[in-house]
Amino acid sequence: MTIRIAVDNCTGCGQCLAVCPFDALTLEDDKVVVNDACTLCGACVEVCEFEALSMPPEEAGQQPVPRPADGIWIFAEQRRGRLAPVALELLGEGRRLAEQLRVAVAAVLLGHNVQGLAEELIAGGADKVYVVDHPNLAEFLEEPYAAALTALSRRYGPEIILAGATYVGRAFIPRVAALLDTGLTADCTAFAIDPANHLLLQTRPAFGGNIMATILTPRSYPQMATVRPRVMKPWVAEHERQGEIIPVQLAELDQPWRCRFVQTISEITETVPLGEAEVIVAGGRGLQDAKNFRLLAELAELLGGAVGATRAAVDAGWISYQHQIGQTGKTVAAKLYIACGISGAAQHLVGMQSSDLIVAINRDPQAPIFQIADIGLVGDVFEILPALIQQIKANR
Amino acid sequence: MMKIIVCLKQVPESQSVRLDPVTHNLQREGVKSIINPFDLYALEEGLRVREEHGGEVIVLSMGPPQAASALREALTYGADRAILLSDRAFAGADTWATAYTLAAAVRRLDGADLIFCGKQAIDGDTAQVGPELAAFLDIPHVAWARKLIFADTGLLQVERLLDHGYDLVEVQLPALITVVKEINTPRLPSFKAKLRAKSAQIPVWTAADLGLAAERVGFEGSFTRVVKVFPPPARGQRELLDGTPEEMAAALWARLRQWRGQ
Repeated sequence: MTIRIAVDNCTGCGQCLAVCPFDALTLEDDKVVVNDACTLCGACVEVCEFEALSMPPEEAGQQPVPRPADGIWIFAEQRRGRLAPVALELLGEGRRLAEQLRVAVAAVLLGHNVQGLAEELIAGGADKVYVVDHPNLAEFLEEPYAAALTALSRRYGPEIILAGATYVGRAFIPRVAALLDTGLTADCTAFAIDPANHLLLQTRPAFGGNIMATILTPRSYPQMATVRPRVMKPWVAEHERQGEIIPVQLAELDQPWRCRFVQTISEITETVPLGEAEVIVAGGRGLQDAKNFRLLAELAELLGGAVGATRAAVDAGWISYQHQIGQTGKTVAAKLYIACGISGAAQHLVGMQSSDLIVAINRDPQAPIFQIADIGLVGDVFEILPALIQQIKANR
Repeated sequence: MMKIIVCLKQVPESQSVRLDPVTHNLQREGVKSIINPFDLYALEEGLRVREEHGGEVIVLSMGPPQAASALREALTYGADRAILLSDRAFAGADTWATAYTLAAAVRRLDGADLIFCGKQAIDGDTAQVGPELAAFLDIPHVAWARKLIFADTGLLQVERLLDHGYDLVEVQLPALITVVKEINTPRLPSFKAKLRAKSAQIPVWTAADLGLAAERVGFEGSFTRVVKVFPPPARGQRELLDGTPEEMAAALWARLRQWRGQ
């Protein structure tokens, strides 16, 4: 199905071609023609001044699906008895959405010997916690984790399921969505509720962060989304909060699985706790050499922060992958982000643009980093940084 | 002997696609279509497994007719054959409908021992189609693989990346594996394969060929709807400092102290 075209109204102005993100419109004989790439996003309808484009009528005869009764679920990711920070962030967002929907928030805890985490989830905003405790869930594996969440969802019927867009979440949540015959939106950065139909508006970056898209799951439940870590704000923990802990037995889990955990080969030891750093001093191609990262380290130390890097700097071998920020590295949301010699490729920006205050130091005034920086310094990073370090030492 | 299917997606080179923040016009200067870069690692791994164990590598893609060029390019790297899933009815598919259609094609090929996918596509960045495909085929999957080891037991051992580090897991075949780029270094196209690719026939399978109802594929079969696209929110008024490096540094430190005091 594609956008509807009223050929007589089309003036061939081409406005719609320019706004189509999917390259779905062309002009033939000065009339717009739509091809199969159309996703019915509606961008062209908005821009057409001649009412030549319209959305097709909703499929006739479709009954609205009744809202399931079990409210909002968040997947409480944990490993070996420690909650992933994103679990509490999801609870915070879940509470905000639950207020608008007037439903409860449940946390789903999968693992082995994990009951102890339920209290923490209740304090963090859960009204109830479903606990599936089973030896086959002791270590993360896609198939049993997907089977457990799928079975739970079928039994209790949530309206919404949110999970962290972590390696774990993104590895098994799609399997759940496929098994439940429902839509899934990846890596969301914002949610809202459409007051007209109570549906979840799911906003996410696409095309490497150059375009934002808002997505709906209009005709199936649960509405599912993974959520980028460190974007949502956790609830302020209330330790006196009361909630219900519901242990669930799932017979499905007793079968022999087709995959098996063997061992953990290596743990990433975060010498640089980039994800938690309030101040990040990051360097890119403009630093030119590994030894220049010492300047960054010195500044980071003075500010009580950590050192980050772009993929270009990591690929050049100037600093290790653990420091990489961006699409193929870490996502951070620092209070202060100082970008040194970073041009600002979209792939880097998606990993740091939710930082509160962004300072950019770059020689090229045209560098895209200045488009998102709050404070820009056009100049030589090797002159400015030593001067800044001196300032800080002199004026502390 | 291993029967290997590699799923590929043709994508626009992502850096060049952006919305103008003022006019909302799409800027796509010099946008060209490429094989999703992450899929090249999946293809390379498929070729390596074939070289070690014998068998064949089939590349599979769903897309408009022009996606055949991505498949033809995959043949220049050494894939044995290619199949394009293309039909007006497939257009506008979300990840669910895409995986559903790919699953029907894999069944029409009588399945495979191993299916490889890249970790995600650079246009959508969802990483969803691989795991969804495994679910529809009812085979296990392992995401984010960086190393494969074929054990004597007939099981496949997979080293894979997770948030805490690397795990070693073991999986029965048939299985679907999504790969990260650490897994290998893709080869260059070979001259011989290029020649062969030029004249290769790439069959096109439609919804009817796959026995799929129109309401389960493409836009109609999709459970998600894009309701709005817009440029990323612009940040607050930016401030440019000027002067000598020393003056800029002093002004910056003053601003940072003021900000810290808030």
